[in-house]
Amino acid sequence: MKIAIPVNEQNLKSEVCQSFGRAPHFLFYDTDTKESYFLDNSAVASQGGAGIRAAQVIADHGVTALITTRCGENAEEVLRKAEVLIYKSISGTVQENIDAFVADKLILLKDFHPGFHGHDR
Amino acid sequence: MTDKSVKIAVLSGKGGTGKTLVSVNLAAVAENSLYVDCDVEEPNGHLFFKPENISEKTISVKKPIFNQNLCDGCRKCVDFCKFNALAFIKNNPYVFEEVCHSCGGCVLICPQKAIEEKEKPIGKVQKGVSDNVKIYTGIMNTGVASGTPIIKELISESNAEKELPVFIDCPPGSACIVMESIKDADYCILVAEPTVFGAHNLNMVYDLVRLFGKPHGVVLNKCLNEDNPTEEFCRNNHIPILSRIPFDNELGRLNSEAKIATRENKRFNELFSSLLDSVMKEVQHETIVDS
Repeated sequence: MKIAIPVNEQNLKSEVCQSFGRAPHFLFYDTDTKESYFLDNSAVASQGGAGIRAAQVIADHGVTALITTRCGENAEEVLRKAEVLIYKSISGTVQENIDAFVADKLILLKDFHPGFHGHDR
Repeated sequence: MTDKSVKIAVLSGKGGTGKTLVSVNLAAVAENSLYVDCDVEEPNGHLFFKPENISEKTISVKKPIFNQNLCDGCRKCVDFCKFNALAFIKNNPYVFEEVCHSCGGCVLICPQKAIEEKEKPIGKVQKGVSDNVKIYTGIMNTGVASGTPIIKELISESNAEKELPVFIDCPPGSACIVMESIKDADYCILVAEPTVFGAHNLNMVYDLVRLFGKPHGVVLNKCLNEDNPTEEFCRNNHIPILSRIPFDNELGRLNSEAKIATRENKRFNELFSSLLDSVMKEVQHETIVDS
C-alpha cells in the first residue's frame, strides 16, 4: 500500500509539515516494498487552491492513505473523490508516523478547516 | 466650489474608522453629487440616504461547466488554471467554484470544446436618489468569496457619470477589492482613528495609495484633546491633514440614528463643507502639479 506524508525536509527524520497544501515536499512510501521517494510540492507557492492542487498530485500518485497534521475542506473533497483515506499524524518524525500507521495506531482525521484566504467566516 | 466629475475615494486600513460618515456627509454637502458604496460586504451608506426611485441590476460572473461526453481527460485545463480551481479524479473533472476567478481560460484552452460557461449571480447594483445625491450601492450575496466584479461594475457605471463629483465609499483594508475601488480615483481620503492601532492601519492604506501614485490626505476622526499617534504619523511622513473630526456625542447620536449629520446640524455642515473645500483645493493643486 502506498502512503503519502507532507514533510519539511527530504529525510525520514523530518517532522510532518504542519500544512498539507503548502508543504515544501511530499514523501511517498510503499508499505509492502518499504521503498520511498520525495517530491517537491508544485502547489507550495500557488496564489490559491494549493490544497486542491496538492490533493490532485497525491491522487495521481496512486496513494491509498495520506498522513497529515491538518487538511482543508477543498483538499478533503478531492481526496474523498479519489478514495484516499486521511489519517491524523502524531508528533514525532516521519518514520515514527510510518511505524504508527503500519501498526494501525493512527486515527482518521475528522476536522477539515476552511481556507485561510480571508474567505473564512 | 466642487469640480465636475472629480472622483474622491474614501478608505481606511480597518473597519469602523468613519469612511461612511465622511463619504456620506461629503456627498451631502456637495451641491450635486454621486455617492458610490463599494463596501459590498456591508454597504450601509443607503441606510443614511434612504434613496428613492430604486432600480436594480443583477451582477453575475461566469463559471465553467463540463460536458462529460466531450471531455477526454487531457487535463490541459487543470494544468492551465493558476487558481487551482479544477481537479480531475477517476475520469471526472471537478470545478471548485469559490476558488475560480472566472478568467475563462479553461474554456479557451480545452481542445475538445468540452467546457462551457454558466452565469452565476453574485450580487447586485442598486441605483437611487436622495435630494441632491445620486446613490449607487453594491450588494454582494452572502457566501460569495469576492465582490470585485460588483465593484468593477460600480466604478465603470460611475465613470460614465461626467457631470457630478463622485464620492467612493471603499471597503475596509488594502486588498484587491480596495485597489479596484480606488483605481480610477483622482484623490484618496484616508480616514484614521487617534490610536497606535489607528496609525498602524493608516500605514497600510498609506502604502497602498503611494503604490498607486494617488494624491492623498488624512481625515483624523474621533479626535480627543490628548496625544494623537496618528497625527504624529502624518507629521512624520508629511501627509496633509485635511480635517479633524471631534469625538462628539451629538455626531455619534446622529450617526447611530442613521441621520446625515450635515443635513441635521449647522456645526457639522460647516465641518464637512470645510473638509470638501480642503479636498477640492488639494485636487486642484495636484492637477496643476501634474500638468
